[in-house]
Amino acid sequence: MDWQDLFSSSLQQGLGPTAIVYCLAAIGLNVHFGYTGLLNFGQAGFMAVAGYSLASIVTTWGLSFWLGLVVGLLLTVVLALLLGVPTLRLRADYLAIVTIASAEIIRQVVGSVSLLEYFGGLDGLQSFNKTFAELNPFDASMGVEGLVVWRPYDFWVVVVGWTLVATSCLIVFLLMRSPWGRVLKSIREDEDAVRSLGKNVYSYKMQSLIIGGLFGALAGFMTALKSAAISPAGFATDVTFFAYAVLLIGGAARVLGPVVGSIIFWFLLTFLDLFFSEATRGANPLIPASIMTQNQASLIRLIFLGLALMLLMIYRPQGIFGDRRELAIDAR
Amino acid sequence: MPADMIDSEGDTTAVAAHRTDHSVDARGALSGVEHRPGASKPDPIVVADGIVRRFGGLTAVDVAHVEIQRGVITALIGPNGAGKTTFFNLLTGFDKPDAGTWSFGGKGLKGVPAYKIARLGMVRTFQLTKVLSRLTVLENMRVGATGQSGESLWQAMFAPLWRGQEKRNTERAMGLLHRFKLDTKKGDFAGSLSGGQRKLLEMARALMVEPELVMLDEPMAGVNPALKQSLLGHVKSLREDGMTVLFVEHDMDMVRDISDWVIAMAQGRIISEGPPDAVMSDQRVIDAYLGAHHDTELSEEDEEAILAAAQEEIQASEEESHG
Repeated sequence: MDWQDLFSSSLQQGLGPTAIVYCLAAIGLNVHFGYTGLLNFGQAGFMAVAGYSLASIVTTWGLSFWLGLVVGLLLTVVLALLLGVPTLRLRADYLAIVTIASAEIIRQVVGSVSLLEYFGGLDGLQSFNKTFAELNPFDASMGVEGLVVWRPYDFWVVVVGWTLVATSCLIVFLLMRSPWGRVLKSIREDEDAVRSLGKNVYSYKMQSLIIGGLFGALAGFMTALKSAAISPAGFATDVTFFAYAVLLIGGAARVLGPVVGSIIFWFLLTFLDLFFSEATRGANPLIPASIMTQNQASLIRLIFLGLALMLLMIYRPQGIFGDRRELAIDAR
Repeated sequence: MPADMIDSEGDTTAVAAHRTDHSVDARGALSGVEHRPGASKPDPIVVADGIVRRFGGLTAVDVAHVEIQRGVITALIGPNGAGKTTFFNLLTGFDKPDAGTWSFGGKGLKGVPAYKIARLGMVRTFQLTKVLSRLTVLENMRVGATGQSGESLWQAMFAPLWRGQEKRNTERAMGLLHRFKLDTKKGDFAGSLSGGQRKLLEMARALMVEPELVMLDEPMAGVNPALKQSLLGHVKSLREDGMTVLFVEHDMDMVRDISDWVIAMAQGRIISEGPPDAVMSDQRVIDAYLGAHHDTELSEEDEEAILAAAQEEIQASEEESHG
């Protein structure tokens, strides 16, 4: 087994475009769930709206890439308003139900046969990233030889992606240290108390839903751009739940939680995948076929990941960056 | 207003004189008011008419008319389920009545949302204390300040736009924390405070809103006797600062001690109104709430007899253990 290859491939994933997408999605969830206490189970829906806006504006309607970005952001705001207006006055669970359902509706709609000419059905849309690719200043593979190497386009995606992540983290930091962020955190703790102090709780929850949704939109753009293709399969419900896993690993209500969580999550997932596929390969594998065959190896990573998440929740439920003192309060 | 009241210990006699004045003033203003439900007051801050709230077939609140006098401490008493907390919720916009109108300082409040009512200066606390657990004590206080420019999304990201105001709010918060003896706890999570400290924090936080009317829902519930004394002092000091206080309470000693006016409710209706002594001797209140023997205090002879019996018992048990 080539340990160095195993390590570098895992690192490549941990720092790569996929990790960036989940990091951005988790930053949005952090605003929703970590700071405001809103249970958004439909982050994939926000991502799909933004990603498909970009792709269809360029491919289907032949308009500008930049217009696609603007429309994507605007439609995300519209989606947040549509979801928020009826549910944010109600108990927290209603938002959870509505968001998970709407994310599925959006995915089914863009994948439907009757809208094939606009959204490309299950195959999705391609070749909408020309403007983005033309901006790429890199013409050779970049990275550290023997550790991580990206092809020029991928490296461009990674650079833009981590820049977006850094900007998003800065925005979240600036917002959450302000009195505005303090109101969000107070709403997470007790809505009625905040209302009794003269704050318009509904309006703050709406602002939070929109801002977190916009970070989700960035994740949607990156999903579309990273592989220069978009399809409904990329916005299934498990996308949202992976993003929640990322958030909880890093620690909710911490600015850098999603960043660290995303890197660790994708590093581990790739590492386990490669390890088990290597360990069951060949005539005389490390793990005998009586225990695990090559076919089973690709599934076992999710089992181990689940186990790791369980252990994390038991022994460090506040995540990597969380504050132990906060847990002591919850136990009261 | 509260800021300059803080810590003027150098001038205790003046403050004490000032205090008695207020209490006398408050009761004096009410001296001409009739002792009957719905009596009109000379200077009402809250006026409510025909407030009805039904939960299915149950009429929880049915108040024909009530006025709350400005600048005095009014107690709302009554048995469990009388509708006191529901009435609180209705007045503060946390619940909507099926019928009725009410006003605060002359402004009609029908259909006004809870947060706007709080901004008008009518601030409440809760029966089950609501502190913001995972925020520090100081942050709990800062949330209370109204009109913060940093609470608007567009200004929030640029700290210089709100830093000055934040500093002033922090100073005011520290003043209040000092007054409520919580200043040493400012960095602790509010969730780590004891039950009594939470009551204090909630009251202090309500004062950050700079209210005209403070509505306290069972401020003494689950508070130890020593802390109760200091809470009593704090409630009285609110009146001295020119605020109006309306509170729900079951502790009759407290009601008798600090309230200038008492309103008794039973089964959603107001059954009696008047100064503490008058209401507590009202037969309707005794029947509905207090019970016949609430007022009989132990006489000196009774106390001595109990004391002697206890001492005998102690001696007996001591002799037993020595022998």
